[in-house]
Amino acid sequence: MKLFDYAKADSAEAAVREGADRDTKFIAGGTNLLDLMKLQVETPARLVDISRLPLNDIEEIEGGGVRIGALVPNSDLAADPIIRERYEVLSRALLAGASGQLRNKASTGGNLLQRTRCYYFYETAARCNKRVPGSGCDAQEGFNRILAILGTSEHCIATHPSDMAVAMRALDATIVTLGSDGERRRIPIGDFYRLPGDTPDVENVLRVGELITHVELPPAPAGRQTYRKVRDRASYAFALVSVAGIVAIEDGKISSAQLAFGGLGPMPWRDSAVENALIGRAPSDALFGEAADLLLRDAKGFGSNDFKIPLTRRTLIATLRELTA
Amino acid sequence: MHFTINGQPHQAEVDIRTTLLDLLREHLSLTGSKKGCDHGQCGACTVLVNGRRINSCLTLAVMHQDDEIVTIEGLGTPEKLHPLQAAFVKHDGFQCGYCTPGQICSAVGMLDEVEKGWPSHVSATLDDPDFTDDEIRERMSGNLCRCSAYPNIVDAIREVADAKQPAQAEAAE
Repeated sequence: MKLFDYAKADSAEAAVREGADRDTKFIAGGTNLLDLMKLQVETPARLVDISRLPLNDIEEIEGGGVRIGALVPNSDLAADPIIRERYEVLSRALLAGASGQLRNKASTGGNLLQRTRCYYFYETAARCNKRVPGSGCDAQEGFNRILAILGTSEHCIATHPSDMAVAMRALDATIVTLGSDGERRRIPIGDFYRLPGDTPDVENVLRVGELITHVELPPAPAGRQTYRKVRDRASYAFALVSVAGIVAIEDGKISSAQLAFGGLGPMPWRDSAVENALIGRAPSDALFGEAADLLLRDAKGFGSNDFKIPLTRRTLIATLRELTA
Repeated sequence: MHFTINGQPHQAEVDIRTTLLDLLREHLSLTGSKKGCDHGQCGACTVLVNGRRINSCLTLAVMHQDDEIVTIEGLGTPEKLHPLQAAFVKHDGFQCGYCTPGQICSAVGMLDEVEKGWPSHVSATLDDPDFTDDEIRERMSGNLCRCSAYPNIVDAIREVADAKQPAQAEAAE
């Protein structure tokens, strides 16, 4: 690990003042950041410890939604009575991720900012445009079983690893931040992440020193919720494909559908064309197949991840069957 | 830096990069907590911080100066074993023993989570799930055992869980 300076923030305002520097990182749970610092994939000159800031509450807000403090650990969020009762997809997604120990430490804000688990991002001897911009991408011709089939560019095929963020994408969460200039921003999660394009090192729209303070969920959506995750072992593994689904039925027809996908792209993936194709139609395997074909119309495999295309098709169909049974 | 470990105050002068695991092992001679992968993948370093199980390899010592830290050394002694330690011996819940301190600290934290009613990935219902053996396997998936003593580890944890919560044991049968 490279040497760094350490400062402990006693307020969010102090944290963003301390953090207003490109080589400074906030640390909360640290489960991903320290892992990467040990490998010298991350080499911040300074860490600002935000772990003791009072951002630990889950509270109901006016209009029926919920506000989640950025430091709420993943375990507590999954177990919260309101989340369990009204946002089952979020509880389920959290419980499908990592291990008990990691969920106890990992924070809500940090989970949103997890880095990819692409092997070539982790391996400092490999070329990686995300780690060293302009160096190239060894993943495309390499072992890319776990990597993306949607939203890739010639510069990067990494996936976003979070389960939690996939559920939040389906739920239309809003990310609330505090900037180093004191400005508060409310960023819909659909606008938060960026496609890799030719700058895969830039993963989201946060500015230097900007701190995630909360995540807000709108009132619980109508219908049934589920999170289906397919992975290489039964527990404690990242998704090959996952689906966060919320579907409501009225008079035998699908009246609303919110579907987000993990393991497929550089960000929690959502495609309104897929949802629109379902709405107003009676559930059937033929319809679900049509929706899957739409989702995968631009899908591109890179060899060892080609299997994700038919796997995604089957996983979406199975999820929709479950939600409409 | 000042720490409270197993109820005792400790002081150490350490590099800012020191993880909680390295503090315990290299500076305070508490070598019960083990270094397996050093990347949060194996669980051998599991300790309890304010009663919650975490991977001590993935956190900085400096961030835990105000916390109550409990390691395997604080759970029991050779003369007076913790119930989980006794159950691991009785059920032969290990072979080489390297993962065992982490397994036991993890199981202590896990049983507390169960008592609080926390669900898991395999819970059929998020509300008050039954504590089946599948629940033990899922909830302990962050602790690897390369000797593969898993069936006996499950038996050991099951025995302690049933002794703790007889009502729930009946419900799971």
